[in-house]
Amino acid sequence: MAVDTDTVRRIAMLARLDVPDDELAALTGELAKILDWMGQLGEIDTDGVVPMTAVKPMPLRRRADAVTEGGMADEIVANAPEAAGPFYTVPKVIE
Amino acid sequence: MAGGALTGLTIAAARDALAGGEISARELALAHIAAIEDARPLNAFITETPERALADAAASDARRRRGEAGALEGIPLGIKDLFCTEGVMSTAASAILDGFVPPYESTVSRNLFEAGAVMLGKLNLDEFAMGSSNETSHFGPVENPWRRRGGNRPLVPGRPSARSGAAVAARLCLGATGTDTGGSIRQPAAFCGVVGAKPTYGRCSRWGIVAFASSLDQAGPVARSVRDTAIMLGAMAGFDPKDSTSVDIAVPDFEATIDDGVAGLRVGIPAEYALDETPGDIRALWEDGIAWLRDAGAEPVEVSLPHTAYALPAYHLIAPAEASSNLARYDGVRYGRRVEGADLIDTYARTRGAGFGAEVRRRILIGTYALSAGYYDAYYLKAQKVRTLVARDFDDAFEACDFLLMPTCPSDAFAIGEKSDDPIAMYLNDVLTVPASLAGLPAMSVPAGLSEGGLPLGLQIVSRAFDEETMFRAARSIEKAAGFEARPGPRA
Repeated sequence: MAVDTDTVRRIAMLARLDVPDDELAALTGELAKILDWMGQLGEIDTDGVVPMTAVKPMPLRRRADAVTEGGMADEIVANAPEAAGPFYTVPKVIE
Repeated sequence: MAGGALTGLTIAAARDALAGGEISARELALAHIAAIEDARPLNAFITETPERALADAAASDARRRRGEAGALEGIPLGIKDLFCTEGVMSTAASAILDGFVPPYESTVSRNLFEAGAVMLGKLNLDEFAMGSSNETSHFGPVENPWRRRGGNRPLVPGRPSARSGAAVAARLCLGATGTDTGGSIRQPAAFCGVVGAKPTYGRCSRWGIVAFASSLDQAGPVARSVRDTAIMLGAMAGFDPKDSTSVDIAVPDFEATIDDGVAGLRVGIPAEYALDETPGDIRALWEDGIAWLRDAGAEPVEVSLPHTAYALPAYHLIAPAEASSNLARYDGVRYGRRVEGADLIDTYARTRGAGFGAEVRRRILIGTYALSAGYYDAYYLKAQKVRTLVARDFDDAFEACDFLLMPTCPSDAFAIGEKSDDPIAMYLNDVLTVPASLAGLPAMSVPAGLSEGGLPLGLQIVSRAFDEETMFRAARSIEKAAGFEARPGPRA
């Protein structure tokens, strides 16, 4: 399956990753090479094989729906780009 | 004891000297702080924390006077900068996290500090632990303290925990934390002539470790002896409700059984790990390893892991797919670097384009492709099925043997820049470490000899899930027989 520059541009858009035009050709070549190399997986018959999802199968643990830690607004907003008191202030991310 | 003698101690020897009152945690910390200052050209640390180290050491000496010494009381360690450390910048070696100071402590580093460890600083790594050489850090490459015989070209220390390997080999810390996704503890340990152990997936909590590929990431120790890695792992491991994949089983006393030997055990030798390109010195060392274990009473048996060759391409689909998902959080909105754009999507794209380095961008694109509509079944799901087959190979092999022995890497350390322009050549370094990662099995590298170029080579032990004790026993047998004592010489 061919990977062209349009495909890479589309994938970069999906990944929200700015790829400069002058890097596009080289990146397309690299990705095509890597994906081609991965094509060898097609040699293996995996019919009926269950995809691996856990090293040690175990049921997802549950816990009581209760506060375990809290009361640390100052610590949490310390990494905020901007804070208004105990509130985290970010650019508008919903239309 | 002079500074050089203090930095040359093993963790076990330092523990004894501290317990006997011959040295103090403060003296040990001071000797390491001086060594780190002298070794700045190696670029092993992103953040040095000498004041923190002295404060930790003072608290440790006080605890010891009160008779409250923990398992790692007063032992100075380096912490890979993928572990979040409360109040100390944690960057994953990425520009996008430059300046990020976590308000919390990762479970593994917390466990180490609660056991009395002293923090020397945060160790450099490949950006988000992606790479095979430690050349992709925003903070510059780390150099391997070793040099090829007759050469002075800087060599790579190995994968992301490279700095951990380099820092331990260069006597900048007695031990270090690493994380292993596809070999990032074992490969640098082999390249730098030290011991690195990756426990079973689920043994150490992933909470507070910057995520790369969540189904593969596992923390483990890097140190200068098998005993030291066993001591460290005992402190790092343990059930943690904050990590949904942490396994709730008792942590054995790994150190207690390391000298139990391998008499009566069957060591599996997987034929598929003898690659056409494996050089003669590495093949010879593998033969030596088999002979050492036979002399120690183990029975070598040939086993087959037929899907070995497919583990690497499967890994390079699964890991980037999970990474592209994990790294989606770095969008410049809530924390980290932000580059403003014309609109919201442009801000995301510019932030991430500027904040991530070339290898991370490449892997995000591969991962996004593998997860995108129309390709998910052909790539990601196919790789997860192959992963099942790789794991099943190990299950079958362990019917016939108790542990496996193979080389850690198909080559010795290569020069900085030597392979970075060919991603697949770089990926091939991981061909012998990735299968155990996919299967989630405990695996470790122990230094066993030197290559023809005079660089360290490692042998790898893989054991059954949650049977790290057998892994440590086998590694200790190799360590005793190999008598590896070489260390990097003075730098020219």
